[in-house]
Amino acid sequence: MNPLIIRGVRPYGEGEPVDVLVRDGVVAAIGEVAEEGAEVVEGGGAVLLPGFVDLHTHLREPGREDTETIATGSAAAALGGYTAVFAMANTDPVADNAVIVEHVARRGREVGLVDVHPVGAVTVGLKGEKLAELGTMAKAGVRVFSDDGHCVHDPLVMRRALEYSKALDVVVAQHAEEPRLTVGAQAHEGEQAARLGLQGWPAAAEEAVVARDCLLARQVGARLHVCHVSTAGTADVLAWAKARGTEVSAEVTPHHLLLTDERLATYDPVNKVNPPLRTADDVRKLREALAAGVIDCVATDHAPHAVQDKDCEWSAARPGMLGLQTALSIVVETMVETGLLDWRGVARVLSERPAEIAGLPDQGRPIEVGEPANLVLVDPGARWTVRGAELASIAANTPFEGMELPGAVVATVLRGRVTALRGRIPA
Amino acid sequence: MRHLLSTEGIDPGLATAVLDTAARLKQALEGREVRKLPTLRGRTVITVFYENSTRTRVSFEIAGKWMSADVVNVSSSGSSVGKGESLRDTALTLAAAGADCVIVRHPASGAAHRLAGWLHEAGTSVVNAGDGTHEHPTQALLDAATLRERLGDLRDRRVAIVGDVLHSRVARSNVHLLTALGAEVTLIAPPTLLPAGVENWPVHVSHELDAELPSQDAVMLLRVQAERMHGGFFPSAREYSIAYGLNENRLRLLPDHAVVLHPGPMLRGMEIASSVADSPRAAITDQVRNGVHVRMAVLYHLLAHEEETS
Repeated sequence: MNPLIIRGVRPYGEGEPVDVLVRDGVVAAIGEVAEEGAEVVEGGGAVLLPGFVDLHTHLREPGREDTETIATGSAAAALGGYTAVFAMANTDPVADNAVIVEHVARRGREVGLVDVHPVGAVTVGLKGEKLAELGTMAKAGVRVFSDDGHCVHDPLVMRRALEYSKALDVVVAQHAEEPRLTVGAQAHEGEQAARLGLQGWPAAAEEAVVARDCLLARQVGARLHVCHVSTAGTADVLAWAKARGTEVSAEVTPHHLLLTDERLATYDPVNKVNPPLRTADDVRKLREALAAGVIDCVATDHAPHAVQDKDCEWSAARPGMLGLQTALSIVVETMVETGLLDWRGVARVLSERPAEIAGLPDQGRPIEVGEPANLVLVDPGARWTVRGAELASIAANTPFEGMELPGAVVATVLRGRVTALRGRIPA
Repeated sequence: MRHLLSTEGIDPGLATAVLDTAARLKQALEGREVRKLPTLRGRTVITVFYENSTRTRVSFEIAGKWMSADVVNVSSSGSSVGKGESLRDTALTLAAAGADCVIVRHPASGAAHRLAGWLHEAGTSVVNAGDGTHEHPTQALLDAATLRERLGDLRDRRVAIVGDVLHSRVARSNVHLLTALGAEVTLIAPPTLLPAGVENWPVHVSHELDAELPSQDAVMLLRVQAERMHGGFFPSAREYSIAYGLNENRLRLLPDHAVVLHPGPMLRGMEIASSVADSPRAAITDQVRNGVHVRMAVLYHLLAHEEETS
């Protein structure tokens, strides 16, 4: 592999532009550099950050390759600035055994655009009843376990999962949703759902499970990760739990940082997501919690769906929206342009913290000589208009269709190799 | 008027015009041997019912036929709908087949809105005949027509809506329409059967039926569905009946002129005592009768009125 020079970039958006030389997958020099035969990416003063890490991606393979494959999802990830993604376990068949997780990891390596880390199911078939073979999957390289899409709602099963995970040094990521409080739920429980006649998904259904799991994690001394935090109350619970020393981390999705349940007025299921879009007060609180580190990171919950699963009546539609290629721009819009985060903060929430949470040694590293060259180059001044059909995913279900967003990925670099450049995947 | 999907935000002038048209149609047809007007001759109206509803479907069918429209009924069983065809494909099929108006009943809230979106380019009108727990606008219009017959102008009239507001599309449509027409609405229900955020609706809310009855001009009872009784929304049918059933003692608390409405089908003995349902104070059969005229008026405003005025 040729050396790579990324010319005229500002690491973390700070200082005067410098050149970054990458050799053998490692940052070899920073400053004024020259190297014979090097591939050159012109930075034009853009912001250089460690490559993004997504703890929460649905790649749909195996089972729903009509909506996304590991190849198309990897392309979307690279174009979105990601160098590592965690592929959720709710595939068909479910990734609740070593065979499936090894398959996903192998396909990820074959595609080679992004490190694809399979998430293992916590329970067999995501049924919430019997622990899956966490140890065998951990031996196969799984670092994160989740029944995402379903809550591990039985407190005893959750306790056992947390206890068992301790010895494996892995993290259990919970989709917090008390199922008895969300039977038939279609939208955030509140004025908007009442007006539209959609059955409510109460905030307490999330908050109660997060509170319970924080207590359990503290009790057994295990690490807990909370998926897609959506309510102000959950942020309060997390702050409380962290203050008393609980080893809990949490993620928020880009869409929960921007959109509210006001979007539901048209009944267009492109806005249907689980947990549901909440209120403006929730959005404000989630942004503040992310800025303060109460919520650790941003995760996309990238969820591609076929047209027929979205262009239908609200209750029949599948929840979820695309996220990999819009995440950075939404973070810029909601956190940078509002002054809540600087570029160091963006690196923290999109790269460093997710890498730490999942225990990835070579991702989310500082931009320093000798560190792995997993990098993303961001043009903060760019503005672009979202067109679902033009995104790399097979599916096109984005709620940001037609929206003009700030910030664009100029290039993504995985171990010294350019995996995305100005909106294209290099041949 | 292109579609009738909801009474939320309805222009009071338009609502009054529809009600006036219904009253005129009723008058025009009264005593006639052949109840047939030529107004919608050559127009095709299709009813698509994804939920069973004899009352509403028949009412629409008769309304269309009395206006001389060609009325085709599609039910979810025995059709492509029953074979799992998507709502969108069904909509496109109906439009391609030449429907001028699709009347839809669907268990999903918002289904009529979605349908109207898909049929927009085809120029087909959509009438929401009940979508999930969202709205049932023609029911509200027929309720208003019935109340106007009994009470006259609804401005400053007081109407109590009693029972399962949470799951009731009838209640939502009535709240919007009655308040638009100037009435004061009181919702009376246990807290488990009231929606979140109801305190911000333009209504009064109460849990005490007896305290509210003396000041009401009308009481509208809502149907309590069987699954609510077993779903823990209230302890028992007996307790519901004691707290919220309209019996003869409670009827006596109402002013003499007050009217009793029920969208049907009724649970006699629980929601309403038989003697109350059959009393002259109850306008329940009037509601059914007015339903036909109101739906004729709606079809007229959707399919005939614009042509005449343009």
